[in-house]
Amino acid sequence: MEIKRNKITIDGNEAAAKVAYKLSEVIAIYPITPSSPMGELSDAWASESGENVWGTIPSVTEMQSEGGAVGAVHGALQAGSLTTTFTASQGLLLMIPNMYKIAGELTPTVFHVTARSLAAQALSIFGDHSDVMQVRQTGFAMIASNSVQEVHDTAAIAHKATLESRIPFIHFFDGFRTSHEVLKIEELNDSDLKAMVDPNTIYDFRKRAMNPNNPVLRGTAQNPDVFFQGRETVNKFYDATPEIVQNAMDKFYELTGRRYNLFDYYGDKEAKKVVIIMGSGAETAEETVDYLLKNEEKVGILKVRLFRPFSTKHLLSTLPKTVEKIAVLDRTKEPGSIGEPLYLDIVTAISEAMSSEEKPFEKMPLIIGGRYGLSSKEFTPSMVKAVFDNLKESKPKNHFTIGINDDVTFTSLNFDKSFIIEDTQATKCMFYGLGADGTVGANKNSIKIIGEETENFAQGYFVYDSKKSGSTTVSHLRFGKNPIRSTYLIQETDFVGCHLFVLLESFDVLANLRKGGTFLLNSPYSKEEVWNHLPQKVQKSMIEKELKFYVIDAIEVAKNTGMGGRINTVMQTCFFAISGILPKDEAIAQIKNSIKKTYGKKGEAIVQKNYEAVDSTLANLFEVKYGNEITNNTNPKPIVSEQAPDFVKDVLSQVIAGKGDDIPVSQMPIDGTFPTATAKWEKRNIANEVPVWESELCIQCNKCVLACPHAAIRAKVYDKTELENAPETFKFMDARGYKDGSKAYTIQVAVEDCTGCNLCVEVCPAKDKTEVKRKAINMAEQMPLRETERANLDFFLDLPEFDRTKIRVDNVAESQLLEPLFEYSGACPGCGETPYVKLVSQLFGDRLIVANATGCSSIYGGNLPTTPWAKNKDGYGPTWNNSLFEDNAEFGLGMRLAIDRQSEYARELLAKLKNEVGEEFAETIISAPQKTEEEIKFQRERVAELKTKLENSTNTLAKELLSVLDYLVIRSVWIMGGDGWAYDIGFGGLDHVLASGKNVNILVLDTEVYSNTGGQQSKATGLAAVAKFAASGKSTPKKDLAKIAMSYGNVYVAQVAMGKSDAQTVKAFVEAEKYEGVSIIIAYSHCIAHGIPMEKGFEHQMLAVDSGYWPMFRFNPDNVKEGKNPLKLEYKGPKIPITDYIYRETRYKMLTKSNPVRAKKLADLAQKQAEEVWKSYSHMAEQDFSNANNEKNNENQ
Amino acid sequence: MELKTNYLGLELKNPIVPSASPLSENISTAKALEDSGASAIVVYSLFEEQLSHESGELDHYLSLGAESYSEATSYFPEHDEYKMGPFEYLDHIANLKNSLEIPIIGSLNGVSKGGWVDYAKNIQDAGADALELNIYYVPTNPNVTSFQIEEMYIETVKAITSKVTIPVAVKLSPFFSSMANMAIRLEEAGAKGLVLFNRFYQPDFDLEKLKVVPNLQLSSNWEMRLPLRWLAILHGQVNLSLAATSGIQTHIDVIKTMMAGGNVAMLASELLKKGPNRISEILNDLQNWMVENEYSSIKQMQGSMSQKSVADPAAFERANYMKTLQSYSL
Repeated sequence: MEIKRNKITIDGNEAAAKVAYKLSEVIAIYPITPSSPMGELSDAWASESGENVWGTIPSVTEMQSEGGAVGAVHGALQAGSLTTTFTASQGLLLMIPNMYKIAGELTPTVFHVTARSLAAQALSIFGDHSDVMQVRQTGFAMIASNSVQEVHDTAAIAHKATLESRIPFIHFFDGFRTSHEVLKIEELNDSDLKAMVDPNTIYDFRKRAMNPNNPVLRGTAQNPDVFFQGRETVNKFYDATPEIVQNAMDKFYELTGRRYNLFDYYGDKEAKKVVIIMGSGAETAEETVDYLLKNEEKVGILKVRLFRPFSTKHLLSTLPKTVEKIAVLDRTKEPGSIGEPLYLDIVTAISEAMSSEEKPFEKMPLIIGGRYGLSSKEFTPSMVKAVFDNLKESKPKNHFTIGINDDVTFTSLNFDKSFIIEDTQATKCMFYGLGADGTVGANKNSIKIIGEETENFAQGYFVYDSKKSGSTTVSHLRFGKNPIRSTYLIQETDFVGCHLFVLLESFDVLANLRKGGTFLLNSPYSKEEVWNHLPQKVQKSMIEKELKFYVIDAIEVAKNTGMGGRINTVMQTCFFAISGILPKDEAIAQIKNSIKKTYGKKGEAIVQKNYEAVDSTLANLFEVKYGNEITNNTNPKPIVSEQAPDFVKDVLSQVIAGKGDDIPVSQMPIDGTFPTATAKWEKRNIANEVPVWESELCIQCNKCVLACPHAAIRAKVYDKTELENAPETFKFMDARGYKDGSKAYTIQVAVEDCTGCNLCVEVCPAKDKTEVKRKAINMAEQMPLRETERANLDFFLDLPEFDRTKIRVDNVAESQLLEPLFEYSGACPGCGETPYVKLVSQLFGDRLIVANATGCSSIYGGNLPTTPWAKNKDGYGPTWNNSLFEDNAEFGLGMRLAIDRQSEYARELLAKLKNEVGEEFAETIISAPQKTEEEIKFQRERVAELKTKLENSTNTLAKELLSVLDYLVIRSVWIMGGDGWAYDIGFGGLDHVLASGKNVNILVLDTEVYSNTGGQQSKATGLAAVAKFAASGKSTPKKDLAKIAMSYGNVYVAQVAMGKSDAQTVKAFVEAEKYEGVSIIIAYSHCIAHGIPMEKGFEHQMLAVDSGYWPMFRFNPDNVKEGKNPLKLEYKGPKIPITDYIYRETRYKMLTKSNPVRAKKLADLAQKQAEEVWKSYSHMAEQDFSNANNEKNNENQ
Repeated sequence: MELKTNYLGLELKNPIVPSASPLSENISTAKALEDSGASAIVVYSLFEEQLSHESGELDHYLSLGAESYSEATSYFPEHDEYKMGPFEYLDHIANLKNSLEIPIIGSLNGVSKGGWVDYAKNIQDAGADALELNIYYVPTNPNVTSFQIEEMYIETVKAITSKVTIPVAVKLSPFFSSMANMAIRLEEAGAKGLVLFNRFYQPDFDLEKLKVVPNLQLSSNWEMRLPLRWLAILHGQVNLSLAATSGIQTHIDVIKTMMAGGNVAMLASELLKKGPNRISEILNDLQNWMVENEYSSIKQMQGSMSQKSVADPAAFERANYMKTLQSYSL
């Protein structure tokens, strides 16, 4: 009897996790992109009491790092539980030491890996095989999946094979391309999975577990006499594994009818040219081979599934005997090697075979290797064709690259971009939207509807940009009667939906739309007016391509139906109406059904609003007829200003414009070094509304400047004489504190860089006495202000900066006259982290060196195309680097060590050259204090003078000194990162640095979750908060990192919340930097992951402190010298109930909706915790230190 | 001593009923109220806004920033189920019903005829013995006439009473041009009782922040004069159960309420201040007073000092106003 299985439309991560969860008892994970969803899904299933195939709920635990996760996996395996984990990239690398152990002990397990690039010249979250290729030596078997269905199937095969072979498995699939591709697949049911796993293999596994009733010793230390022999004992297990895997594949075929082999060949049986490939690219290669076969080319591809243990026997039996030329494609790079790993294996396997007695081929085939698809670089049919074309050459290019233009070492093959072989029977649709408008969510729903409610095959893939504010998304949907093997972005589409009118300017949205295709536009203009508002390039394209054109004012429909800015349902309805994929009534019924599924649990009201939106849509959707006349003759603006530096104009602008794929190798920096001060050229214009300064109300407190997360609002005090050429609309007022009226004061907004977050308006304390809603800063529509404010900003930026040496830097208002050297980041609108980062750049930017842990701050700080880290007019500014997630404290300490060493060496050299440069002059430089801005300025001047003297010297020591001269000016080392780094993965290193006594400053941007990877709990997560892996509310209190740091006694520690006290924050930053030793500042950073209105972030900070949840204090060990207690509490304990704070935030509030009883219990505990923390800190702060100094002196005597 | 009274057709063991307040938010406090002698309990209100906005808010913040950035396609774990406003409330009604012996009166607070009125039926299905409809409306639109507002009240009551078979009481504000006429029209619209009156929580000003701030003040004793007057006026003119709320603190206040014509006296502020046990104290005092003053039942005193039963009906009208002013003359 044929078994009926569900057809489901899911992504690769879910496909893997579904099987892994069902066949595991323990799951230990650590979040890392793109594998995080597998762990999150498992956690969600466990929290809903989802059972595995044996009827019990797997235990899912989040660890502090991948090193921790794999340790827990090893332990769980040794103690007898079927255990799995999910990871990628650097995470997999952190697992390597334990992987040797697990394999060495012949322990069955499957690690599901979303294959991802390794950070080299830069970090990349995207997919290639760099990570998995680094574990091929560990003893793990390695099995690859090429599509979402294969991920689901191979996961089951791997779980079976590992138990039978005792060899642990890496099951890998391509990050993003497969892990995040949504595809319609057939779901394996519990009986399939049960049938796959032989229970005896589980019993045997359990028998081998550590058990005091049958004690054993594992993990011995062995000596030269026996280690080698011990290492060779495992050979027979590896020898047996390929057959075991093949048997598992055969068994799977019996169950499901889907056939897999260790190597699968596809193509002409007598092919002469074969491409060998592994991973999602194989699907595209197969699709291309189909096309080439129709043209009677004798070609084929060989897909490698089991990469380790490598079975030459199976390889040779699968390759056609006729093959003459082979191209092996590797999705990784090993600089300096003869070739990449798969290529080397194939060469070795075939060479070995050809040098044996039974030669498998008449003649040794020509084997070449090439690299493709690094960091999810597109791999298209035209590239596959180019590889086959290369094989046609008499001397094919070896060690080639495909997909890029290598104009330096000329490795790349040319490919024809116009070679497009999209399935003409399939429907292809592309959607351009904003992250915030719900486009992707709606498209995921659409593809689910099409996949699960029609007979069609369906695929969805979603491309996001690298900004967190104003980010755009492009959705790629394919569906049709044939299985979909196109593992690349849509090249020729039938339908384009543009969900935001302004995207017509920034994207070439019609580039891929075929002639006669359909274009749906969300337009604020009516059907009569819209044509004249379309950019010229769009009009031209539409006329040329003879497109069908539909418009809807989705914003209006959404607004009228109470949907606010969420236009997703409206646009989704339009898509179904126009595409005709389902009959109209059925489509609407399905959309409503999907709305019910998506929103139902959040309340009927939201369901009803969405229904209303659906019902109102069709009446507002219009087809627009247009003529052949181009009516818009305005030329498009350049992507960046003509004033931008060449590198920005030539290279970064291409990345900004979405044309980064066309940048040749020669234009890329060779070592990952990029210029700073580039964000200012982007001018993203993402805010609909921007702040406008009302000078007559302003009290010059500069709170708006301090709060602005994007440095888009600035203050300056300057001589009135500078105003001579001011633009007409430039605003100013008398600067406070200058009785002679000689100075003017201006607040200037960078309207093109502002994200419109509203935080500045919220913090502005000045209200109009006649109309209190009007403040000194108010929001107004951006468009009418754009041109004038651009000119005003240019004028403002050209005004001289206020003299740093005259500023009291520990005063909030004055500190904000310092130029920010961190500007216009792509962080979320209203980000709670960036005001602190910006403050560091203002206070110490011209001498700042930053070690930045991976996370949000490394993304908004260093993700291409541009960086917010900037330079002042002298060219000084922060220099920045990101090493890894786990090692940032050590990375920063290393910087300090180098600076100390080099500045010491410079002083030594200067002492040796004192006769040449002047003894007194040299001595002054060597011993100059550099505590104040003035002292630093003088030192800079002296060093500049010294430089002039040395440049004319013939003394060899002078040249030596010149190379380290800059170190004579003090540098400020800041180690920055989030709580995931400081509390969890980097804590060991952080702790070591805290204990080092070195002069480094640590800034912990504490959002209390892993914000960058989507809100997983960290040890900074508060008691009662909901986060991923704490779905039922965290039951343990937040780690008191400050107290741990204080325990060293000689570490400066401050806990700050700018929203509660900006004065305390500024003082803490100044003191921390001044402190000669380790300083750590833990900064409350409100975050989008808290589920709050971001413009109210500072209000939330206030509540956090007032409830006693977030103690504010400074702990300055220097105070002890003066007989004072080092701890100064700057909060008054719990003044309001904790619930007045936490229930303003979704992360806490949601628990009252999902589990009110537990919410109440945890809230009570949180209240108690706040009270206890207050007691404990109060006690510490009350200690009498008046004799401490004397006692210390006595001890020293 | 007979303390029984009838309210909305429900036979109650005495006239003391805790009105809609946070006191009914947890079962143990509600149980304590019952143990102390409460004869019924009005559950805290389910707000129209709660129904329409809360789910929107939850959806908004749970999806804020989602599907925008490749590393974080969401920021929160998916929960299988959320007990949103109505469900949470309906569960609570059912739990109260299971835990308490006394009648449970559900409370709906809203102003429009929107989908929220359907929840009246849900409240009935959850086990409520009666429903209090709290119409809290501040007419700020100068284009809306008093007639339109009155019609809105009537339509809302009609919409609700058509959905349920349990009795519905209407809690309304004192700001009607013709309260007595309004009472009759509400009766015609299907109401079985009136609760006098809704206290409009007046916002306060924070002069430091120049902000309008909510400021909840518990009721004071003098506030019961207004309902007292209207109980006295309406008693006998309408065939409705009447409840007084606002400022009732002692057995004397309860007695006055009864004498004016009330069927029950509702308390919240007094219980919030002094705890659930306060009911038993008031009941004791009430019985003692009745003994001392030789009253044998509550029914005996109900309406005994209503407008139609007093010697000087004008005391409730303009004449009384003149007397009041004179009493303040220096």
